[in-house]
Amino acid sequence: MSVIKKAACGLAAGVSILCLGGAAAAQEPLKIGMVTTLSGPGGYLGQDIRDAFNLAVEMGGGKLGGTPVQVLVEDDALKPGQGKQIADKFMKTDKVKLLTGIVFSNVALAVVPDVLDNDGIYVSPNAGPSTLAGKECHRNYFVVSWQNDSLHESAGQNANNLGFKKAFILAPNYQAGKDALEGFKRMFKGEIVGEVFTRLDQTDFAAEMAQIRNAKPDVVFQFHPGGAGIAFLRQYQQAGLIESVPMVVPSPSMDAVTLKAVGAPALGLNVSAQWNSDFDNPASKEFVEAFTKKYNRPITYYASQGYDTALAIGAALKATGGKVDNAEAFRTAMLKADFKSVRGNFKFGRNQHPIQDWYSMRVEKDDAGNPVIRTKAKILSDVGDSYAKDCKL
Amino acid sequence: MALVLEQVLNGVQLGVMLFLLAAGLTLIFGIMGVINLAHGSLYMVGAYAAAFVAQATGSFLLAIPAGLAAAALVGMAIEYGVVRHLYARDHLDQVLATFGLILFFNQLVVLLFGRQPMFVQIPPALAGAVDLGFFSYPVYRLCIIAVGLATAGALFWLIQRTRLGMLVRAGATHRDMVQALGVDIRLLYTVVFGLGALLAGLAGLMAGPLLSVQVGMGEQILILTFVVVVIGGLGSVTGAFAGALLVGVVDTSLRAFLPGLLRGLMTGSEADALAGGVSAMGVYLLMAIVLLVRPKGLFPAHG
Repeated sequence: MSVIKKAACGLAAGVSILCLGGAAAAQEPLKIGMVTTLSGPGGYLGQDIRDAFNLAVEMGGGKLGGTPVQVLVEDDALKPGQGKQIADKFMKTDKVKLLTGIVFSNVALAVVPDVLDNDGIYVSPNAGPSTLAGKECHRNYFVVSWQNDSLHESAGQNANNLGFKKAFILAPNYQAGKDALEGFKRMFKGEIVGEVFTRLDQTDFAAEMAQIRNAKPDVVFQFHPGGAGIAFLRQYQQAGLIESVPMVVPSPSMDAVTLKAVGAPALGLNVSAQWNSDFDNPASKEFVEAFTKKYNRPITYYASQGYDTALAIGAALKATGGKVDNAEAFRTAMLKADFKSVRGNFKFGRNQHPIQDWYSMRVEKDDAGNPVIRTKAKILSDVGDSYAKDCKL
Repeated sequence: MALVLEQVLNGVQLGVMLFLLAAGLTLIFGIMGVINLAHGSLYMVGAYAAAFVAQATGSFLLAIPAGLAAAALVGMAIEYGVVRHLYARDHLDQVLATFGLILFFNQLVVLLFGRQPMFVQIPPALAGAVDLGFFSYPVYRLCIIAVGLATAGALFWLIQRTRLGMLVRAGATHRDMVQALGVDIRLLYTVVFGLGALLAGLAGLMAGPLLSVQVGMGEQILILTFVVVVIGGLGSVTGAFAGALLVGVVDTSLRAFLPGLLRGLMTGSEADALAGGVSAMGVYLLMAIVLLVRPKGLFPAHG
């Protein structure tokens, strides 16, 4: 190193790290790119994932697994094309190697293959489309939340357990919606008396309500994440169906935010999920306390998934000493899942999707008379997904 | 039979909501030649203002004027502050500016109310369903139909029978002549823009208790509204009315009956997937067919 260069480095010390070599570079925080949905009706989903992820970083003093991290967040606005552009920008301009954050499966299907093709690593806090879980599984693709179908398989099992025989099922017409109906049908043992694909941006379900009434099911299963779910439930109530036909839903159709918006009409709803804010394990309690203290708003499943994703990444970074350059080493560390998930049991299956437990919940009144989601029983233990067997990893 | 009637009512209800939005959009285009993409934002403003007042006071009656006033005032402010400077410009500039307004209003709503949807209770007097003989139908939806049709009637009266309406009609076809006769065209433009915004706000505040009041709710319905305006004929309120009812009924019927029809032809899940796809395309196909037969829409305003 020449004298001039030394001097330059001296001047720049503390401001710039660009001209410093090797050892000092480790001080530069690891950039994590978060592509998520922050605007539009699904905006609160991404907001919860982002806030919970950042909460985990904050609780680690700006570090994940001892590695300083910098989380870059951009809004995909639920547009696959926009998500892809952001991911491109993260990887090319910001030199990000590790990405996460996507809420919706249609965005994930546009972004994830692109990230993987460019030797990036993607860790999903939410979307787990079936098309990426089976034959198309990838060494650098991890899903911390669930495979889409599992949500609905648990709902199907829940419907069996509750003794329902005739179901009317509805979901939006996109990949996760198709996964939803497939998943429910895979587990549900009764008869399907009606099956409807709604539109992804639909908010008025009057036509569907009339169809449901006409089909006379003894249970309705519906999957409508975000604002559409609120509209669906309220119109279900307005149509006078809520008294006559009970509903079984997966967690995205009834999260804490939906519940707050819908209020009392949601009482009696049967939910199935992998986590709920009343879970009685230390990791969950710590998370709920910290989240409530910092943000003071209802905690959704999405938040728990964002938090778990951060913990999972942290555990992997700890083992690799904060490096993501060696994807294989990162993978080995990641697959150990050496962290305390807020859900309790958690491990990765062969397709790098979770193997976990599912619980049934019910919307009931708390002591103050407000509706809350209460965990009732374990529906399924240690289950992965039905696509893992097609994965050749 | 009851199901068919119920679905027709659902279609009409969607139709009158679309009409309230399309009427403003088509008036603004017909008279000022401005393509106002931010019309959906006015719908959102109306919904949020009503939801906010309803939550703060617990009264839906107070929410109605609040929603209307907020939408109309914001609409006139937009006209005064932004759109006024674009009359002489290219449509592309107008689209760009009003698209910018969409982003602005969406972000403003996020800052003011957050991203989580708001909740408006149906006024107790209108909750529940009424028995119509064959079937029962939510009272609130019937009210929307009634209010929508009444508004349509009032709008026709306003445009066909009043002095303001005469200026509006004249402005749409002979803009320069109206100006030459000494009419303050700027004021007329602001009033028309405000009127369009008022109608959008009315649609928004009525949609609140039905749908969820959320950021971006305007864009969801804006695309359908444009379809309505194009089918009806740009600038024609009659066209907007016919187009809105047509789109409402066709859209609802496709969603309601196509799966059943297709299920007779193929296996269940394939039929459902295809029906979902076709019904989503339905109104756009309708638009294409109308444009093939009548390139200027059903009721073109300018001969």
